[in-house]
Amino acid sequence: MSEVAALPTRKDEDFRYSDIDALGTLWPVAREEIAVADGAEDTLQIVLDDSEAIARHIAISVGKGATFDLRVLSAGPTYGRIALDVTLAEDADFTLGAAQLATGTETLEIVTDVHHTGPNATSAQVVRTVLADHATGTYLGRIAVARGADGTDAEQSVRAMLLDRTATANARPELEIFADDVKAAHGCAVGELDADGLFYLMSRGLPPAEAKRLMLQAFIAEAFTGAPDEEALSEAALVRLGTLVETGL
Amino acid sequence: MTMLKIDNLQANVADKPILKGLSLEINPGEIHAIMGPNGAGKSTLGYTLGGRPGYEVTGGSVEFAGQNLLDLEPHERAAAGLFLGFQYPVEIPGVSFVQFLREAANAQRKGRGEEPYSGGEFLKLAKEKAGLLKMDMDMLKRAVNVGFSGGEKKRAEMVQMGILDPKLAILDETDSGLDIDALRICGEGINSIMRAPDKAVLLITHYQRLLDYVKPDFVHVLAGGRIVKSGGPELAHQLEDEGYEAVVA
Ligand SMILES: Nc1ncnc2c1ncn2[C@@H]1O[C@H](COP(=O)(O)OP(=O)(O)OP(=O)(O)O)[C@@H](O)[C@H]1O
Ligand SMILES: [Mg+2]
Repeated sequence: MSEVAALPTRKDEDFRYSDIDALGTLWPVAREEIAVADGAEDTLQIVLDDSEAIARHIAISVGKGATFDLRVLSAGPTYGRIALDVTLAEDADFTLGAAQLATGTETLEIVTDVHHTGPNATSAQVVRTVLADHATGTYLGRIAVARGADGTDAEQSVRAMLLDRTATANARPELEIFADDVKAAHGCAVGELDADGLFYLMSRGLPPAEAKRLMLQAFIAEAFTGAPDEEALSEAALVRLGTLVETGL
Repeated sequence: MTMLKIDNLQANVADKPILKGLSLEINPGEIHAIMGPNGAGKSTLGYTLGGRPGYEVTGGSVEFAGQNLLDLEPHERAAAGLFLGFQYPVEIPGVSFVQFLREAANAQRKGRGEEPYSGGEFLKLAKEKAGLLKMDMDMLKRAVNVGFSGGEKKRAEMVQMGILDPKLAILDETDSGLDIDALRICGEGINSIMRAPDKAVLLITHYQRLLDYVKPDFVHVLAGGRIVKSGGPELAHQLEDEGYEAVVA
């Protein structure tokens, strides 16, 4: 495209919860392309641990029988947006494991558009969001299963945890299915830390911040299970969780 | 010096008065049993002493090892040497027993100005206490209480008590849910961990069977939020034979 697209507004569904002012300083966002060749296996880890605003738009095409494993840790930016357009060919497999950890007035969002275009492809997306103070965390996840993409298995597990009532979590799963024999499981939930669990841990001697950190570590664990660099991601997340429980109200 | 001195304690749960002027003194080396009808306030006493949020003290005082217990946060009470064995131990998915217990033990040690356990030291200690309670070490590698049977949870409470080595243990119906062998193992565990001149135990129970193993020096009847009768071990037998109504009337 030679034309520069206009800065979106909050009326655009995909930008409904964005920090438009911050986005304006980054606009236009160049689209990055990743193509995974037929039968190939590829992985990518994105760690946003800087406070600078950032927006990325990545188009990923996963070829026939290919697999792509993407992990995202968004833990630091004042505004952080990751938008993914994923296209899956026959028998392709796509995994997204993401954790968004925010505090202050930070706004983090992940927007995914996963297209199953060929039969028998699988996709799994696990998104965990932890929000303290006045932070906003958003996950918009669309799954489209095209005509003929029979035997699709698409899974979405989306959970957010609010450490303070002043934080805001948005989640919108969207399913469009035009094929047969499709398995599409999705669930999203927003919650708070289990008070009974917290008291149990504290009664054994853990200070409140450590007890919370331990429970949050467990909460986000699934996003990084099986990642090529699971340990480094978990470590980085843990540091950030420590900040969240201490900056929380 | 008295270890625990509860004087005219009054506490509300959900704005409802539950403890209504409860007094009790426990000296080092003593084992006390509290019995009483369902809903009398026994667990409320344990939770109030443990500092559980939602248990609001409206009057009276509690001194523990020379400190005002009610001024302390739950984790500070633990570091001061208080252990609460839960009637219903809480399941915490994703948090491993050994990791949590090591952090808890080390937080307590830090609170007392002691050196933390190294990984090796801690595992050795955990193994020893698990062995004492005849519990498979593999269970401690699992998530806290998740998927444990009722009896296994109670046994795990005793393993935790062994590891944390408190001065005063308040054990809320540790015997309920235990099979015959487990009852003996837990009883012997309590004796070996807590029978010492500088330690004390407050056993909350409905039945004589635990008291056959852990012989109390004093037995109290808690009814309507107060201690309404105290005596020696014979009181438990009398209660079992005659019931609360006859004995308390
Ligand atoms: N969250 C709550 N809201 C209202 N009432 C409560 C709450 N928790 C406890 N209570 C009430 O407080 C009273 C005392 O409860 P507690 O659990 O202390 O009894 P208990 O003596 O331990 O009984 P049991 O022998 O059945 O274990 C009960 O009447 C109970 O219904
Ligand atoms: Mg009870």
